[in-house]
Amino acid sequence: MAQRSSAARRRTETLPTPAKMTVTLRINGAARQLSVAPWTTLLDALRLHLDLTGTKKGCDHGQCGACTVLVDGRRINSCLTLAVMKDGAEVTTIEGLARGDVLHPLQQAFIEHDAFQCGYCTSGQICSAAGLIAEGRAQSADDIRELMSGNICRCGAYPNIVAAIRQAMDRRSRPPPGEGAP
Amino acid sequence: MNNFGYARAADVEDAVRQIAADPGARFIAGGTNILDLIKEHVTLPSRLIDITHLPLGRVEDTEEGGLRIGALVPNSNLAWHPQIEARYPLLASAILAGASPQLRNMATTGGNLLQRTRCFYFYDTSTPCNKREPGSGCSALGGINRMHAILGASEQCIATHPSDMCVALAALEARVLARGRTGERSIAFADFHRLPGDTPHVDTTLHEDEIITAIELPPRGFARNYTYLKVRDRLSYAFALVSVAAALDIEGDTIREARLALGGVAHKPWSDRDAEGELAGAPATADSFRRAADTVLRQARGFGHNDFKIELARRTIVRALTQAARGMPQSQADKRISGGPS
Repeated sequence: MAQRSSAARRRTETLPTPAKMTVTLRINGAARQLSVAPWTTLLDALRLHLDLTGTKKGCDHGQCGACTVLVDGRRINSCLTLAVMKDGAEVTTIEGLARGDVLHPLQQAFIEHDAFQCGYCTSGQICSAAGLIAEGRAQSADDIRELMSGNICRCGAYPNIVAAIRQAMDRRSRPPPGEGAP
Repeated sequence: MNNFGYARAADVEDAVRQIAADPGARFIAGGTNILDLIKEHVTLPSRLIDITHLPLGRVEDTEEGGLRIGALVPNSNLAWHPQIEARYPLLASAILAGASPQLRNMATTGGNLLQRTRCFYFYDTSTPCNKREPGSGCSALGGINRMHAILGASEQCIATHPSDMCVALAALEARVLARGRTGERSIAFADFHRLPGDTPHVDTTLHEDEIITAIELPPRGFARNYTYLKVRDRLSYAFALVSVAAALDIEGDTIREARLALGGVAHKPWSDRDAEGELAGAPATADSFRRAADTVLRQARGFGHNDFKIELARRTIVRALTQAARGMPQSQADKRISGGPS
């Protein structure tokens, strides 16, 4: 592998276009079958094939985090993931977080804390925060800042984003009324 | 994105067979680097061979008392693996110092070793780059080279290896297991990555038809006296200007054994056996650490913009050894650098 230079890999001839492939993704709880080219990213599959445009394309290089979704419960950059590689996977996007009209606690917290201005990064911020909470590693505001470093907010809403995530974490760790420990 | 074909490897043998049969094919696992390289037109494979379904995702004990880490173990799983946290915290810390949580969830152990340099001329296909187009020249030599190598560079290439994880693996003297058509072999970590010399397009000693199957950690993890200290332009999610993995075995005030590896300074994780040898038997003092730093950097050379990295590396080595000696590893969440003069 390593001995193969980039130049050797530069194709000069025109290769036949590889056939589209059928992929089944379980998106926000529903199985969706789609026909995609091998080079279709999960991000493009969501936005262009499934019309789920809540997931945003920012840099398209894994640097900004706007495209963050949960795949099998783990937060990833959908722009650096091929749809064909995720056949059979469970994908959760921003559209799948609310329960009917009841917002996800993170969505509610982002509103309460005014944790966005233009909102372009917000889908990715919230999906990333959902992944962070599921990981269970963040204990402090410093931890949240470090573990949210893959999500850029050019409006600079960071303090409010951290506050919103703290609130969602706190409410999650506190048992809901009536279900408390004896 | 440029068009390419796609195939899945059924097993490790099939992966080796497929990569050997198609010179234009490349493996894909986490995809975090290769898809970026394809989008930037730096790498244009005819076909991607998906290896993510191979059974290489386990962390197991070795007979020698170390750990064998499957090549497909994601970086985040490895950093938060109980055995790694307890026995090899230097490795856990280095992994958590790199990339972002999303990328660490995707990126694999084997892929981390094979990531390409982030030299911006390598990525910019409108400029000459010997690593990308052998013989075309090095744009960084007379260009913007603030991020570039100060050790082991050549007239052909002054790029650096971008990994944090690999710096810890170098300090821990890990081994790389690779499978090819003629069987499996074990490569010492220091021999895995190359210096650029006259062939900077070749990053590693892995053969064309080989696949990394695992990384083996020796029994000793230096869990008591270690640190991974990374200095960068942003406090998070940035490549190292200089990073230091330091691991010490200390008895009383005397160093019995020292391990030292640097990131961000060379075409490979930079180890120096002479410096490690000088530290062995020396008192764990600032004087000893300064002498070790001088030894590591005795042949350091700047290329203009990166001249500052020589002094930065010197100070980072001394600070890292101080942190390790005091048993106060650098936090990767609290960004204040600990271990100042007391």
